Amino acid sequence: MNLAEKILAAHAGKNEVAPGEFISAAVDMVLSNDITAPIAIKEFRRLGVSKVFDTSKIVMVADHFVPNKDIPSAEQAKQMREFCLEQGIKFYDVGEMGIEHVLLPEQGLVLPGDVVIGADSHTCTYGALGAFATGMGSTDIAVAMATGDIWMKVPPTIKFVYHGTLGKWVGGKDLILYTIGDIGVDGALYSAMEFTGEAIDELSMDGRFTMANMAIEAGGKAGLFHVDNKTQLYIKSRANRDYLVYEPDIDTEYARVIEYDVTFIEPQVSLPHSPANAKPVNEVDNVKIDQAVIGSCTNGRVEDLRLAAQVLKRHKVRHGVRCIIIPGSQQVYLEALSEGLIEIFIKAGAAVSTPTCGPCLGGHMGVLAEGECCISTTNRNFVGRMGSTGSEVYLANPAVAAASAVAGMIVSPDRVMK
Amino acid sequence: MKLKGKVFKYGANVNTDVIIPARYLNVSEPAELARHAMEDIDADFVNNVRPGDIIMATTNFGCGSSREHAPLAIKASGVSCVIAYSFARIFFRNAINIGLPLLECAEAVDNTSSGDTLEVDLENGKIKNLSSGRTFMAKPYPDFMSELIAAGGLVEYTKKRLAHT
Repeated sequence: MNLAEKILAAHAGKNEVAPGEFISAAVDMVLSNDITAPIAIKEFRRLGVSKVFDTSKIVMVADHFVPNKDIPSAEQAKQMREFCLEQGIKFYDVGEMGIEHVLLPEQGLVLPGDVVIGADSHTCTYGALGAFATGMGSTDIAVAMATGDIWMKVPPTIKFVYHGTLGKWVGGKDLILYTIGDIGVDGALYSAMEFTGEAIDELSMDGRFTMANMAIEAGGKAGLFHVDNKTQLYIKSRANRDYLVYEPDIDTEYARVIEYDVTFIEPQVSLPHSPANAKPVNEVDNVKIDQAVIGSCTNGRVEDLRLAAQVLKRHKVRHGVRCIIIPGSQQVYLEALSEGLIEIFIKAGAAVSTPTCGPCLGGHMGVLAEGECCISTTNRNFVGRMGSTGSEVYLANPAVAAASAVAGMIVSPDRVMK
Repeated sequence: MKLKGKVFKYGANVNTDVIIPARYLNVSEPAELARHAMEDIDADFVNNVRPGDIIMATTNFGCGSSREHAPLAIKASGVSCVIAYSFARIFFRNAINIGLPLLECAEAVDNTSSGDTLEVDLENGKIKNLSSGRTFMAKPYPDFMSELIAAGGLVEYTKKRLAHT
């Protein structure tokens, strides 16, 4: 069996599972947020169950429209807060919260070998830790909160092998945009993606979170990494419960194996209106920008902010460009503060915000007007994603976004860092 | 159960952001969401859709976010089913869980135009284009999915399961 199959078999109480098989899997963590929890709470009530199955395996995070952007969103956050209090569930509220997929690994709430489901499509982020993590809807989450298990169809797995060494300014974001550009937004539909190879071994944990995060953008059910020394080091200080590390069998079969040589991959930019429209940044000609957003569950970790600061240090955001930088959690914010990154951002003319998903989905804190163009380190550039249907979003890594904020147009960091 | 309605046809990768834009996700009442269904891909949809109508698309319908608001908005707008080449997996789960029927049938999509009237028999997956007279068969559901659908969605299915334990 491969990695996904091993984890699912163990959680279904079976010796073996095969792609296409329907199973009931025990869940280790169930997540929802201020958009998806209200429906999950309503459906939970309909089940007629009075208590959730295990308060230690459920969390709710208010991150999308908080700090509350309007009265209806305040009502949604209030519903979650009250439900969590009633049930004894941990609720991450403003001041303690972070963007859910930055926060949960950082707090040690998701660990290798776990099955994690979340009412948020980017739940696949935790695959970076060697967990089987996947996004579902509110009703699925309601049922899992009541019963502790969930139905799943075992997915086929596509193995990706990344050979070679990463070039300058190239990281997890570039590898995943390149991959989606190659296989398309439905290239891994219903499948698990297993990311391997020597370039992946070299990649930091933050880079791996970025890659796993965007598995869904290729239609993937999960995006998994093998547990290595970097993973162990990351969780060592965070884990406060037992976990199991699974490894794929050496002779296991995959639905497909796709290999890349990363040595010649340049920083990537995905053009509107699909993450699959990936191109090397140097082939993006003369695209002027009105806004740059650096943050999100994709690129809101401290390494991302370090990259942005490296570019913004001793530079100024170009007049006419709004550069919005959003640390992914309070801890990331604090680290950025103590490393002097926040000072660099403010001196460069960027705005720094408390953690929120905000602009990524056109919620608040950076909504685009008609005709405006934004470069963003987020994960989706669909029509109207960040505001007006007449606006455009280009996806890139934090260094490219920061360089573009300085140049006022989409450029490679090398153009600014001469 | 037989469904009948006029077709609204779209292309590939119709994502949840255009089905129900995030700016409307500060509420979750289906009727309120339905007022903005398909708004960013077809601004006239809500004015033209009638109870029973059918959405058609090619590959990967419903890709993007996990928002259950997307199938809820479509269902509450009066749409009786969605027929596509393929569906994004979270949207697929959500639709089945809330009782919005989905059918996979590329042949029907290829041989139907916007505005055609279809009759769909959910029992056997038969799709009849009343405008052209042609008939197509949708891909059958796996047994487990049929059980879920027959129960009336995941909550009803789970209630029965909990009652037995």
